Amino acid sequence: MDNAVEIEQLSFSYRTSKLVLHVPALVIAKGERIFLHGPSGSGKTTLLGILAGVLKAQDGSVKILGQDLTRMSGPARDALRAAHLGYIFQMFNLIPYLNVLENITLPCRISPKRQERLNGRSREDEAKILAGRLGIGQIVADNVVDLSVGQQQRVAAARALMGAPELIIADEPTSSLDEDHREGFLQLLFDQCREIGSTLIFVSHDRRMMPLFDRAISLSEINKV
Amino acid sequence: MILFSLAYRSLINRKLTTIVTLLSLGLSVSLWIGIEHIRGGARESFSNTISQTDLIVGARGSPIQLLLYTVFHIGTPTANVTYESYEKIKNNRAVLWTIPISLGDSHRGYRVVGTNEDFYRHYRYRQDRQLELAQGHAPSEIFDVALGSDVAQALHYGLGARIVVTHGITNSRGIMDHDDKPFTVVAILQPTGTPIDRSLYVTLEGIEAMHIDWKEGAPPIKGQETPAEKIKKEDIKIEQITAFFLRTKSRVQTLALQREITNFSEEPLTAVVPGVALSELWSGISYGEQVLQVVAIFVVIVGLLGMLMALYTSLNERRREIAILRALGVGPVKVIFLLVLESGLLTLLGTILGIGIVYGSLLLLQPIIEQRFGLHIPLRPLTATQYGYLTYVVLGGIAIGLIPAWKAYRNALSDGLSVRV
Repeated sequence: MDNAVEIEQLSFSYRTSKLVLHVPALVIAKGERIFLHGPSGSGKTTLLGILAGVLKAQDGSVKILGQDLTRMSGPARDALRAAHLGYIFQMFNLIPYLNVLENITLPCRISPKRQERLNGRSREDEAKILAGRLGIGQIVADNVVDLSVGQQQRVAAARALMGAPELIIADEPTSSLDEDHREGFLQLLFDQCREIGSTLIFVSHDRRMMPLFDRAISLSEINKV
Repeated sequence: MILFSLAYRSLINRKLTTIVTLLSLGLSVSLWIGIEHIRGGARESFSNTISQTDLIVGARGSPIQLLLYTVFHIGTPTANVTYESYEKIKNNRAVLWTIPISLGDSHRGYRVVGTNEDFYRHYRYRQDRQLELAQGHAPSEIFDVALGSDVAQALHYGLGARIVVTHGITNSRGIMDHDDKPFTVVAILQPTGTPIDRSLYVTLEGIEAMHIDWKEGAPPIKGQETPAEKIKKEDIKIEQITAFFLRTKSRVQTLALQREITNFSEEPLTAVVPGVALSELWSGISYGEQVLQVVAIFVVIVGLLGMLMALYTSLNERRREIAILRALGVGPVKVIFLLVLESGLLTLLGTILGIGIVYGSLLLLQPIIEQRFGLHIPLRPLTATQYGYLTYVVLGGIAIGLIPAWKAYRNALSDGLSVRV
């Protein structure tokens, strides 16, 4: 089981019978850095929802770290996501009433498995270390509403990396950043993913970043709807 | 527990809404519990108006009416009791003491009650409280009068003031004033929180003296009145009284004595057990308190609906937050739990606040209420029934929380990880 993601004959439709996704095959190896791109409306967000286990495919199999999401119950998928997946949104990633440190430590409070992987370190210490590496060590006690967008995305990255999940999904995390910060953010994300050995699925339509990744997948090519 | 702390932090974050919701819940709960307390206090004050009296005896008539005009000074007696009958019963072996009272006159709307020293000696209210004089001495002369504390305060009378008693019960100066025989204030009573505060007390002889020349209920012709200074206490023969209170030597004799008085051969009499008549009377006027209680329940429901509105309107701005929690692996059922936890926490805190408000204000206002309204509201722990009510409030809050929680659940399922902001 050396693959982070294994999709076979995946079909998905929302309540209407119209098929949104049909992916005959997609394999992502562990540790790979994937650039996923496609025009708007090509089903990117839907695919991410399926990979994260929030949406359930009607047909086919979707294996994440060897476990088939299509055969799991909702709570089991939630637990799998909590334990093994880090997710970064395009923007507004943070819970407004928690401070930076509390936002970063959330995954470990929700999933005991994420806490276990800290190897005995307290989650606050771990969060501070991560924050330091991402260049936000100075603001851990701050209110998240006071942060700049760039800082917010770094906090989101730190939270996704917390407790070393095997898979990180980032849904256009750099689109709200200006050009100078984009590459810096990406580099930090790469470094940290390498550090903990995570697989990274990075969604963007900014193809200039494509060469920085191990592999690029075009959703319009793999989606046979 | 992560959800608990999230619910708590989220409530703290929405400070204004939370405070307003808490206040509205707290005030509505305090209204409910407060009414319960006042109800209890009023009922108790009511039944504590007269204590240790085993029977009230008056002319044959309705027991409640007898209670009303003797104890509460409401309504007018229809007939009197002859002094001979009174003395006969007074000397019954079973009787420990009696207090005769004579009604029918007033002073500026306040009742004037004729009685004797036994009143000051034996009358008890609120279990075992005795009448006390704030100033002066109990009336002993014919034209002496003691004032209830409210009367003294309202009319600004002090010791030595001379007052004129009006024949009959009127609020203004009556047509027939006993102005030929003014009374002198010799005592002012301590407040009791009973109708005693609103009455004036003279001697039985005083009542007789006022009516000394009256024939068949008509006043004497002007100029033919016996001058007040010519009336001697020893010369006055008391013909009749209105009613009397009595206490038996042993309470087990009460019912036997009551039967004996009812069958009294010389004249038709009625004897009532105050406790029985009081509770009968109370059940008659307790509709009001039930209405109040229903109103209070509706206020609590309005409070809960206010919370529902606050939570429901906050849902839209919280869709993002819920999507983040979903991405972090929080299941949709836990999203329901989170919101129900918030409503539960709000109602619980609101209820505690309400209890706080009730006891805080009782503690503060108790002496003032007692002084102003003569209502003693005891500070008591909540009863089991009240705890029951409060449990219903919290359960109601949780149940109401299910509505926004269900909406959030549906949002969470349809939004997944994508929320258009």
